[in-house]
Amino acid sequence: MRLKNRHVLGWLEASPLALVLLLFLVAPIVMIVIVSFWGATEFSIYPAFQFDNYEFLFGSPVTYRVFLATLKYAFITWALTLAIGFTVAYFLAFHVRSLTMQIALFLVCTIPFWTSNIIRMISWIPFLGRNGIANQTLISWGLIDEPLEWLLYSDFAVILAFVHLYTLFMVVPIFNTMMRIDKSLLEAARDNGASGLQTLVHVILPLTKPGIMIGTIFVVTLVMGDFITVRFMSGSQRANVGRLISNDIGLLQYPSAAATAVVLLCTVLIVIAILLRFVNIRKEL
Amino acid sequence: MAILAKPKVGYSRRSLLKAGGAAIAASTLPAPMLWAQDTKDIVLRQFGTGVSNLNDVANKVKEDLGFTLEMTALDSDSVTQRAATQPDSFDIADIEYWICKKVWPTGNLQAMDVSRIANYDKIVGIFKDGKLTPDSEIAQGTAPHTVGFIPEPGATTFADEQTNWMTLIPTIYNADTLGIRPDLIGRPIESWAELLNPEFQGKASILDISSIGIMDMAMVCEAMGEIQYGDKGNMTREEIDATMAIFTEAKQNGQFRAFWKTFDESVNLMASGEVVIQSMWSPAITAVKSRGIPCVYQPLKEGYRSWGGGIGLSQSLSGMELDAAYEYINWYLSGWVGGYLMRQGYYSAVPETSKEFMSENEWGYWFEGKEATDVITSPTGDQLAQAGEVRDGGSFEERMGSVACWNAVMDENQYMVRKWNEFIAA
Repeated sequence: MRLKNRHVLGWLEASPLALVLLLFLVAPIVMIVIVSFWGATEFSIYPAFQFDNYEFLFGSPVTYRVFLATLKYAFITWALTLAIGFTVAYFLAFHVRSLTMQIALFLVCTIPFWTSNIIRMISWIPFLGRNGIANQTLISWGLIDEPLEWLLYSDFAVILAFVHLYTLFMVVPIFNTMMRIDKSLLEAARDNGASGLQTLVHVILPLTKPGIMIGTIFVVTLVMGDFITVRFMSGSQRANVGRLISNDIGLLQYPSAAATAVVLLCTVLIVIAILLRFVNIRKEL
Repeated sequence: MAILAKPKVGYSRRSLLKAGGAAIAASTLPAPMLWAQDTKDIVLRQFGTGVSNLNDVANKVKEDLGFTLEMTALDSDSVTQRAATQPDSFDIADIEYWICKKVWPTGNLQAMDVSRIANYDKIVGIFKDGKLTPDSEIAQGTAPHTVGFIPEPGATTFADEQTNWMTLIPTIYNADTLGIRPDLIGRPIESWAELLNPEFQGKASILDISSIGIMDMAMVCEAMGEIQYGDKGNMTREEIDATMAIFTEAKQNGQFRAFWKTFDESVNLMASGEVVIQSMWSPAITAVKSRGIPCVYQPLKEGYRSWGGGIGLSQSLSGMELDAAYEYINWYLSGWVGGYLMRQGYYSAVPETSKEFMSENEWGYWFEGKEATDVITSPTGDQLAQAGEVRDGGSFEERMGSVACWNAVMDENQYMVRKWNEFIAA
């Protein structure tokens, strides 16, 4: 009897969270999956069970090109944010000695986040433009004669904005893991004659993996789900999956947008599943 | 529909957005009906594209008519989407005629009783029988008069001739062409074909709104002599494919600097010198000019791509709000707004009433195509032209008389949209 009561209590304790997740996570996704099989006319959608949306999606070469572009953005952004994020976190965790200073510098990293990310992104546009500050400075230094066209409205601009926007998401988890590394391990490495680089590669890097993985998941999902950065920084000239979805929504093609969203969701889940094969982040949580 | 809002003194974009959100929230919740309602308590929610959703108009409505007009400005796609899917989120839809063709069949709008429109007889012929003058030819595309009337209230199809039931009350319209930076180009531009001239590689732009962009593309392809269209406003799949092929090639060769979707983007592209030739809207030219940067709305020999906007009433509008909406429409056509818009370079549907709200110099410059006798200023006080200057394109008759096609939605619209997506991703 007593045991049974505990059983019921356990279910009761779990139910608020379960309910919230069911309502705000599971139900919307189920809805999107359902709508992805519906049909659409010019101005309305109608319930149906048809594979037209998926057929068109997988039948169009544009889809593959756009998914490839999305993965390309995700990969390059990931590599750059990882390099920068790791360096910054390393500096904060191992070079800055006082805790107060560490916290202060860490807060400095978050200052850009005091404004909206759209504003942070758009402020690059006048800077990088043909007659922008970057080009004018380079010309006045005599480094170039003609303004560099590829600074703005290009893949370069898109990736620059992504890196700027998302590096902090790499810094935070890596810094967090690094702070947990027992300093005596580093001393032991040094006592055993390891060079700085060897300590980094054989001690710090393996111990930081969970942080890197969490940062990776953040960056990859953010970049793959983005559409506004790509639209503004490429001057609407490049497309990623997010833009396909937003175009469809703009044109009232909700079922087709839902189908694309489902495929994107699956892609992201597969990417994350692969990532999780490498590192067990549960250890960290 | 009875929503009470405190009368606002000055509208900022933020307060508008907030009010818009609150209005949507309020309309989805059952609000208590207020029977003893005052005119000053009436709030009409209008949404539309940025061109005519002006805070000055809302302020003037409050002053002249007493009720509150809440405005929300959106891009053309969002406007269509909202009119088609959220009929309860607005009272008045300020939309274009081609959007009307798309949205009317949803039944979200109600037809207007022409007999309640005081200045109906004075509305320009373009919106009634399609003809500017009795012998003018009707241009290609969705000409406003073809979707301007329905046979009877409640009908979801359009009437072939004028009836007592109007879908939209025409408010503003204009003839669009390419905008150029004469100082950066340095030679005369005469044809739409120049948009794809390799001379402007990396310095051209086109708008990323498929239904309008495809028209500009068609004007260019026709001008280049590459494609002969049966009807640019209603292309066949082959014509769409051929058009897209030409532009995709140009895009891959780096012809375009960027595509723009909103008015502000087009202004910034032009003003910053990123782009020297692009599809543009008249007030965007005005906005560039008012920064002291030379910009010309270049008349081209192939003619203009024209558009017209109008006000439609939500199906759910009734009672006092409906009366207020008619009052608003009659006020709209009575001249003040017309004058305001014409001083920005648009045309009013009832030019003769607008004349009373413009100086002789302004009327001469904007409407008759005469030399300005004095400085021409915009409604917001920026100097747009000096004495002696003439409007790009000349008089009303010259400009509206050489319209080559109207903004349209095609039978093959869905196909076109897919091809457009491919073009953007190419």
